[in-house]
Amino acid sequence: MTIAPLDVAAIKAQFPLLRRELNGAPLVYLDSANTSQKPQSVIDAMSTFMEQSYAPINRSAYQLAAEATDAYEGARAKVQRFINARRDREVVFTKNATESLNLVAHSWGRANLREGDVVVLTQMEHHANIVPWHMLVQEKGIQLRWVPLTADGQLDLSTLPQLLDGAKAFSFTAMSNVLGTITPVQQLCAAAHDAGAIAIVDGCQYVPHNVTDVQAWGADFLAFSSHKMVGPSGVGVLWGREALLDAMPPFLGGGNMIADVRFDGFTTAELPAKFEAGTPPIIEVVGLGAAIDFLDGIGMANIRAHEADMAAYAIATLTERFGDDIQLHGSSNTEVRGATFSFAFRDIHPHDLSQVLDQRNVCVRAGHHCAKPLMRLMGVNATARASFYLYNDEHDIDVLADALDGATDIFGF
Amino acid sequence: MPGLEDLYREIILDHHRNPRNRGELAPPASHAVGHNPLCGDEIDVYLEVTDGVVSDVKVGGQGCSISQSSASMMSQAVKGKPVEEVRAMVRRFKGMMSIPDEDGNPIEPDASVKLGDLEALQGVVKFPVRIKCATLAWNTLLQALEQS
Repeated sequence: MTIAPLDVAAIKAQFPLLRRELNGAPLVYLDSANTSQKPQSVIDAMSTFMEQSYAPINRSAYQLAAEATDAYEGARAKVQRFINARRDREVVFTKNATESLNLVAHSWGRANLREGDVVVLTQMEHHANIVPWHMLVQEKGIQLRWVPLTADGQLDLSTLPQLLDGAKAFSFTAMSNVLGTITPVQQLCAAAHDAGAIAIVDGCQYVPHNVTDVQAWGADFLAFSSHKMVGPSGVGVLWGREALLDAMPPFLGGGNMIADVRFDGFTTAELPAKFEAGTPPIIEVVGLGAAIDFLDGIGMANIRAHEADMAAYAIATLTERFGDDIQLHGSSNTEVRGATFSFAFRDIHPHDLSQVLDQRNVCVRAGHHCAKPLMRLMGVNATARASFYLYNDEHDIDVLADALDGATDIFGF
Repeated sequence: MPGLEDLYREIILDHHRNPRNRGELAPPASHAVGHNPLCGDEIDVYLEVTDGVVSDVKVGGQGCSISQSSASMMSQAVKGKPVEEVRAMVRRFKGMMSIPDEDGNPIEPDASVKLGDLEALQGVVKFPVRIKCATLAWNTLLQALEQS
């Protein structure tokens, strides 16, 4: 596949918020690992849908309702193509990736895990891929095992076969929200299957930035969120292998997820409605469809190449300017990392750092990034994190570096 | 936007660089741990109360300049003070941070309660996100008082 360089100026121009000035200067938004900004096409798709086609889906005979249903189901087909799922009935819309992971833990986990059963996680998981399993530890007495990390923040796979021995599930991130590490998803899925475990992929950080192919991976489940991939908040996706989803009990009960309800019980609907109880985020799903069109128009391989270049430029620039005064966590090999950087700077607390950077309109996250076990492992309470996306360019990294200089002036370290 | 000079006053940076009363106290001194769920910061407050007076106080943990300097100045301010006076200081400090009382009403400043150096933290109010940083030590102090 030929890689085309991104025209970042043209891309940026399509994001109204990035044209906004604050205190007379442009914004430098470096918090896309947290949530991404939205292009005009997504905003318009949602507005137009509300102005022209909004109606209930799946439950009324009139023409307008059919139009709304087509828009909703059309977005499902877009998601299916975007992640190369085999069938669109394998794509379930949820509230967010957190709910997607909870759905797997509660539905698949409750039905398939017993006391003493092992679930393997990695030490760099987000709380969303930890707490639902902790809840099953409390409720059912399952056991958790943790894949350790190497010094440069990659998975240490040397003991993986032993960790997976006898395990029922291996749930792991495809890209760390703290370290930026991209994990070898295909290899991890194969290792899980060799051990007789299912492979659950948290794609929250990966899917917005890379080509995703669930069939090539050989994965069993994939969770991701719309709001990190230029779509609206309020909708996430759970993709699951059809046979697994078909065999699972429902998660939330209510309207839309049933085929029949009687005084003495109920029968569930077919996929994917079985897992979509109640009125879904219809407008947001339409917005997600528009976000996928936007990303496809640029090309995920091109976005990945751009971000690898950004990562290389960030490492080179920040290291050259600040030397040992800046510690970039994670690997310096851009083959195995995305453009999300947690860092420590001159003993200045991340909270203070983000405050100072904010004076220059540089938006970075400071905190534990919903990964407290990893933070403890790294021996820190918090880090500052700068994360880049398709609308960021080298200039943004230069502004970040200049703003870091300003922090030194105040704290005098 | 308010200027950073309102936030990072020299006395605050001084307490940040050279925190006072750092350390631990062995039991029977009371010990409380406060968490700022926003940023993961933790603060330990050790408190010794003798005959209704805070006879000793130590502070541990990690945090940003605002939480650390607030804890440091607080430890200086409450040491040697009667518990009732300490509670009045907590109330006065929270009032300065625009935090309402239990009933949701604004806390009127009590002129008889002196905060001294702590007044330097007044500028934090202009940065609402940082109010939690400034009050973390004080809420932890209240917890430690409950235990003593």
